[in-house]
Amino acid sequence: MAETFSPPRLLPSGDSAITVEYSRSIDDDANQSVLALDRALTDAAIDGVTESVPTYRSLLVHYDPGMIGYEALGEKLLELASQPAPPTAKTRRWRVPVAYGGEHGIDLEDVAKALNTTPDDIVARHVAGDYRVAMIGFTPGWSYLSGLHKSLQMSRRQNPRLLTPAGTIAIGGIQTGIQCLAGPSGWHLLGRTAVRTYQLHRNPIFLTEPGDRVTFFAVDHKTFAEQDRAAEAGEIIAEQVVS
Amino acid sequence: MSRLIVASIGPASSVQDGGRPGSQRYGLTPSGAMDRLALAAANCLVGNELFAAGIEIGPFGASFTARDGAVRVAISGAPRNADVAGRPVALESSVTLKDGETLTLGFARGGAFSYLAIEGAIKGEAVFGSLAVNARAGLGSPYPRPLQAGDEFSVDAASGAPERRIELPKAVSGPIRVVLGPQDDEFDDVNKALFLNSDWKISATSDRMGYRLEGPAIKHLHGHNIVSDGTVNGSIQVPGNGAPIVLMMDRGTSGGYPKIATVITSDLGRFAQTSAGTSFRFKAISMAEAQDEARKFAKLLQGLPDRVRSSDTVELNIEALQDANVAGHAVNAVDAATWHGHAEP
Repeated sequence: MAETFSPPRLLPSGDSAITVEYSRSIDDDANQSVLALDRALTDAAIDGVTESVPTYRSLLVHYDPGMIGYEALGEKLLELASQPAPPTAKTRRWRVPVAYGGEHGIDLEDVAKALNTTPDDIVARHVAGDYRVAMIGFTPGWSYLSGLHKSLQMSRRQNPRLLTPAGTIAIGGIQTGIQCLAGPSGWHLLGRTAVRTYQLHRNPIFLTEPGDRVTFFAVDHKTFAEQDRAAEAGEIIAEQVVS
Repeated sequence: MSRLIVASIGPASSVQDGGRPGSQRYGLTPSGAMDRLALAAANCLVGNELFAAGIEIGPFGASFTARDGAVRVAISGAPRNADVAGRPVALESSVTLKDGETLTLGFARGGAFSYLAIEGAIKGEAVFGSLAVNARAGLGSPYPRPLQAGDEFSVDAASGAPERRIELPKAVSGPIRVVLGPQDDEFDDVNKALFLNSDWKISATSDRMGYRLEGPAIKHLHGHNIVSDGTVNGSIQVPGNGAPIVLMMDRGTSGGYPKIATVITSDLGRFAQTSAGTSFRFKAISMAEAQDEARKFAKLLQGLPDRVRSSDTVELNIEALQDANVAGHAVNAVDAATWHGHAEP
């Protein structure tokens, strides 16, 4: 079975959405294509398209069947997909502070043991990464990042935890991520950030966009506590670099 | 301003409206009423916008008391007993609660959700244009959580407008229609047939996130883990245990189980109103047919205000029915087509 599709496959998601599938697996090229099609779709402003949801491997396009039908929209999407990707607007880069280990990263020592190294080395490898927001999904602001170094890739926990804290920075499989809200997770918890990728009563409510770049840097737990109070009061905390 | 006090209410009851689509790319699910037709019908009866915020009431009973003035409301959705200060009132009708009077709703007799619309609508602080409760995201106004006894709403004083009822089309019955996909190729023909030809029941553990189905186990061709992709209202995902889950209004915006099919838009409210334990089947239809149904459904919603009638016509019809019966004709007194001279759209 082919894992990637060129041109992408159109899959019906009910009567009001189409999935444009580039790959069955997590694939960096496929994700780039998804994000490029998402930009092209925004630029094309097709009547009837209501919103789009990029993921690792596909773009879900919601539309109003009263304004455009499945066949007609499918043709337009394939046409957009066949054209060269529109130039990327300025890429936003976020530098995100993380308090690693201890109570904020309860799996750091176990991850180090499993990979035959020290917690400090795991942190060094994690902050060395240059990550891209491949998708945001599941719960508000949960930013899935691609670009995890091969030496940090390990299978998820046998028993997912039912409750992990807001701001958790974790690794799972070939991914790392910023989990904004408290919730269940089967990933390995390395640390916590005070950065809220989703916060009501703040402008903007959502911080990250699919396609943004992210790097992490370590802060001590006292700094985390100070940043957490400031973030609660509406500060963005993450440092933005426009390139 | 009057106040409407929640005197008593069961679980699974919250403020809902048309929802907040547009932020699914940030992981924010749209939420909104489980049965959009019923919410819109209730709103029409009190002159609100179709998808203004109302109270979605779960299968248990509830009661509401007017304070500091009269409050005009309307109830639609699941069949249940309703009375105001002991006087029975009709569903799909508006009714005015005088200051101090209590509207009491019984348990749903079939169905799951009822909608209480309040004249002038519920007031609150909209986020992304919606007051709908999404407790996980901390959203919803005036209460970002399910309702509980003692909650209260500041509402417009009743206008004194004459009471109304609404003629809804006959309830559609028969299988819940689906369009196969997006991952129906993760299942072989035997398992697709098993999905389409089996009797299903909705598990009691279902909620606004998803309805869990009880029936035969559906087996995957390539295992149950796929790379997460986007979900829609009505996505039918099949997790590792083979028991399908129909994703509803508070679903996660992405999911990592294969989705065998999607409930069509026009059947989603009817599906949401299937009570736990009731048997039903799915039926696959073509995309062309599903989109045709979606367009008809949109037209039905937009046409709801034209179906609003004066409440008096019911009594007139009863007299007319007696006359007609004397004349030996069998006539349905509450069929709009019979009494208002126009056919269903």
